Amino acid sequence: MKKKHWYDYLWIWEILYFSLGFFNILFAWLGMIEFLLPLALAIFGGNKAFCNNFCGRGQLFQKLGGSCKLSRNRPTPKFMTAKWFRYGFLTFFMVMFGNMLFQTYLVAAGANSLKEVITLFWTFRVPWDWTYTAGTTADWIAQYSFGLYSMMLTSTLIGLIVMALYKPRTWCTFCPMGCMTQGICKIKAK
Amino acid sequence: MRKKRWAVPDENICVSCGACRKVCPKEAITIWKGCYAVVDAAACVGCGLCAKTCPAGCIAIKEAEVE
Repeated sequence: MKKKHWYDYLWIWEILYFSLGFFNILFAWLGMIEFLLPLALAIFGGNKAFCNNFCGRGQLFQKLGGSCKLSRNRPTPKFMTAKWFRYGFLTFFMVMFGNMLFQTYLVAAGANSLKEVITLFWTFRVPWDWTYTAGTTADWIAQYSFGLYSMMLTSTLIGLIVMALYKPRTWCTFCPMGCMTQGICKIKAK
Repeated sequence: MRKKRWAVPDENICVSCGACRKVCPKEAITIWKGCYAVVDAAACVGCGLCAKTCPAGCIAIKEAEVE
């Protein structure tokens, strides 16, 4: 039997993160760890230690799809692992991330007012106003929280859908963070 | 002569997520510099758990006669 490490339980962190967003949206900022840590490990360490050991999302999919048998366990369609799809999705995701930053800028500059909604699949607006009391912090800090939480929730929902349809960790094949860190590692390994 | 089975990942398709490494009972898989999975053929027993888990479906189980 293989030894269990403390980081094998990070799927709990993933559940905790999404739960906290139901109470106070400002906790969404903790999601920055999941952005900066993998990049730092790839840039300075030249490895994918984040995907391999610390990714709570990957572990959660493996748990739900594997142990809980919520996955059909069918092969992932070929196009989802193709370079054009992976880098295409990364590009789309970064454009949407840029848009989210721009929305935050507009609120910071006073051109737009804070919108207490989360946007699922970049389309559907869901009122989320009970998680924030106006005036707690600067409006742009709250706006960024709503934006980041929307992105995290959307990507997890996509991950859950492909988990149910294909392999538990099918999301990993086109995960923008994984794609980016693998790209960095490949450049560094040359 | 005996038959030996071992896993061979396709490094062009591998997304180096490490799902295979996690399930390997022999700890025979490493992720080479974050680029792709590498199987230690000597340690691999060809059980196929990694091939079943791989989300990219890039691991093939090869079989050959060895001394």
